Amino acid sequence: MAVSHYKWLKTKNVAYQNVAKAWSKGVAIFFATGAVSGTILSFELGLLWPKFMEHAGPIFGMPFSLEGTAFFIEAIALGFFLYGWDRLNPRFHWFTGLVVGISGLASGILVVAGNSWMNSPAGFDYVNGQYVNIDPIKAMFNKAWFSEALHMTLAAFAATGFAVAGVHALMILRKQNVQFHRSAFKIAAVFACVAAILQPFAGDIAAKSVAQRQPAKLAAMEAYFHTQPNSPLLIGGMPNEKEKKVDYAIEIPGMLSFLVYDNFHETVKGMDQIPVEDQPPVAITHYAFQIMVGLGMFMMLVAVLYFVALWFKKNWQGSNWLYKLFVAAIPMGFIAVEAGWTVTEVGRQPWIIQGIMRTADAVTPMPGIAYSFYIFTAIYISLSIVVIFLLYRQIKVVPVVYDKPAPALNLNNA
Amino acid sequence: MQYVIITFLWLAILLYLVLGGADFGAGIIELFTPTSMRSRTRKAAYQAIGPIWEANHMWLIIAVVILFVGFPVIYSTMSIYLHIPLVIMLLGITARGTAFVFRNYDAVQDNMQAVYNRIFLVSSFITPLFLGIIAGSAVSGKINPEATDFLSAYVFCWLNWFCVAIGLFTVALCSFLASIYLIGEAQDEYDRKSFVRKAAVWNVVAVVCGALVFIAAYFENIPLIKWVLGQPIGLTAVIAASISLVVLWLLVIRGKAMVPRVLAGFQATMILLAITYVHFPNFLILQGGERLSLFKHQAPDATINALGWALLIGSVFILPALVYLYYRFQKLSHDGEIEH
Repeated sequence: MAVSHYKWLKTKNVAYQNVAKAWSKGVAIFFATGAVSGTILSFELGLLWPKFMEHAGPIFGMPFSLEGTAFFIEAIALGFFLYGWDRLNPRFHWFTGLVVGISGLASGILVVAGNSWMNSPAGFDYVNGQYVNIDPIKAMFNKAWFSEALHMTLAAFAATGFAVAGVHALMILRKQNVQFHRSAFKIAAVFACVAAILQPFAGDIAAKSVAQRQPAKLAAMEAYFHTQPNSPLLIGGMPNEKEKKVDYAIEIPGMLSFLVYDNFHETVKGMDQIPVEDQPPVAITHYAFQIMVGLGMFMMLVAVLYFVALWFKKNWQGSNWLYKLFVAAIPMGFIAVEAGWTVTEVGRQPWIIQGIMRTADAVTPMPGIAYSFYIFTAIYISLSIVVIFLLYRQIKVVPVVYDKPAPALNLNNA
Repeated sequence: MQYVIITFLWLAILLYLVLGGADFGAGIIELFTPTSMRSRTRKAAYQAIGPIWEANHMWLIIAVVILFVGFPVIYSTMSIYLHIPLVIMLLGITARGTAFVFRNYDAVQDNMQAVYNRIFLVSSFITPLFLGIIAGSAVSGKINPEATDFLSAYVFCWLNWFCVAIGLFTVALCSFLASIYLIGEAQDEYDRKSFVRKAAVWNVVAVVCGALVFIAAYFENIPLIKWVLGQPIGLTAVIAASISLVVLWLLVIRGKAMVPRVLAGFQATMILLAITYVHFPNFLILQGGERLSLFKHQAPDATINALGWALLIGSVFILPALVYLYYRFQKLSHDGEIEH
């Protein structure tokens, strides 16, 4: 959004201003629903996991309080940005848009830092069931925060970028407002593609960090039941948790060892070295991991094709297949993000704080908690439907508002 | 440093009560306006709450984050025993926020708008009602950690006359704040008069509900009168609030808008002060007289220090920007530039 806005200020090309405006409405919708779900979240932590919060709150609360700050700044900046068209000094107005982006990014990183603490607890000593010597700063910069935050930040850019680029690609294919959609597509696609190409490297860093800290999670991701040298990498397959084997998988010997230790012969710890009561569910984790990696690979491929096409300046804009690939990728980034979170959360079970507190001990003692679960699930599902519905209506309105750019400029508060 | 945090906690609750309350109140007023007059009320109300509503829930989030980082035992106790009203309040916040987004950002204007409106108005009423119930429950001494059956552990601690009366009082207070605020936003004499009338009605309702709170407290054996009037600060707060109410109405009658707003906010501040001061540093009173104190149940020093600094540094960035935002929109809306 800020990039498009900048291009408008530089080139005075109205198409860019329209793109920035159209996107800012999308941001507003996401922000408003995000504010609501964030409010829910801060309560939900306690409503569902009071015992966890009682002990963990003071230790890992730091990123959350900072996230609150970042979110507040984002809210203020967004307020300026949405209502500031033609009213504020253009440079200041652009700056507020940029602040929206940066503080949003910071919020994301901080929340992930909070989560990473659950995977890699730090900043306290656990003595006889007591949490002592608490250091919230150390807790925030735990061993997992960088790899998780990097991975998630890139994922956010890729998911949003592909979804936005895909929608604009669809509109280009339908031959509606082509100039508007081309400008928008290009900016979104570049963000998406850079992120998608960098992502496998970030994923590799994250996986190495997981292998060190949470061998059980890695074993579940790979459905790697039996410890062996030249550990193989499994692609696809259906884990059979009873018989401890994986059916129909493609096996690449030594590959897992290589990915984890940069060496084909090293032995990676398998599930059989983890005590039974500490084993996470293998099948869900493995499937989710395969989905994430598969979609990630597809997006990376699309990204490479896009840059190749750009580089050789082939007449790819005339042929539609590349646009069609982008349309296909609309939901992929988001599915991959959800799958990735499933991997990291289910893969950590049965722990809520890795190695310290079990999830079962953290849950609220109130009976009938299942109903709360249904209510919250319903809230999130309806929020998602609302967002999709609103965005759909925004997209539908594009031909009306932006076909005749000049007189339509005053409609942004309609 | 703990005083810094407690001050922030108190301010966050106060600002949520005043700013968020006025925001809820605008919805409540519209709910109780005859259907034929609604769109007119809505137009004026929009102008007031439109641009800045995003910031309001932040106060609540700040209060919650301070609680769970700084006072985790209080946070977890509340979220265990007040699970049900908290969930209902969250449903209200969600429904309201979502409906508001629809009202403001939906690109297509059609009869779906009526549905969003309905949701928006009803949830504007439900949310402060349950906020009040939760606040009432925190001081009522009805939360019973030893209870063994579901109803007395998770339901009756908030579903009683005292808590419900506080809930209704909160609703009335929000509507009063909103109507006083909206008097200044009125574009013509007709709107102004209608908001003055609404403010008068809600003032009466608030007084009636306040009386109900005291009556309910009497029957529930809660020594509310002693709490509020039994010590100098509470007594002063009540007297100050009463005097300011008289001044407020004199000024409204003389056509002033800005000072009554400040005075209405002052009223809310005094009410909160009277209630909280007497309990300080206790935050939660449980059945059998056990008290969860902000001093005794705070997080370790390292956390308290880090949190305090985070709040101080954060407010250096946030407050000037926020004040500037309010200022800009005040100016814009008075110039009549924002049209919804």
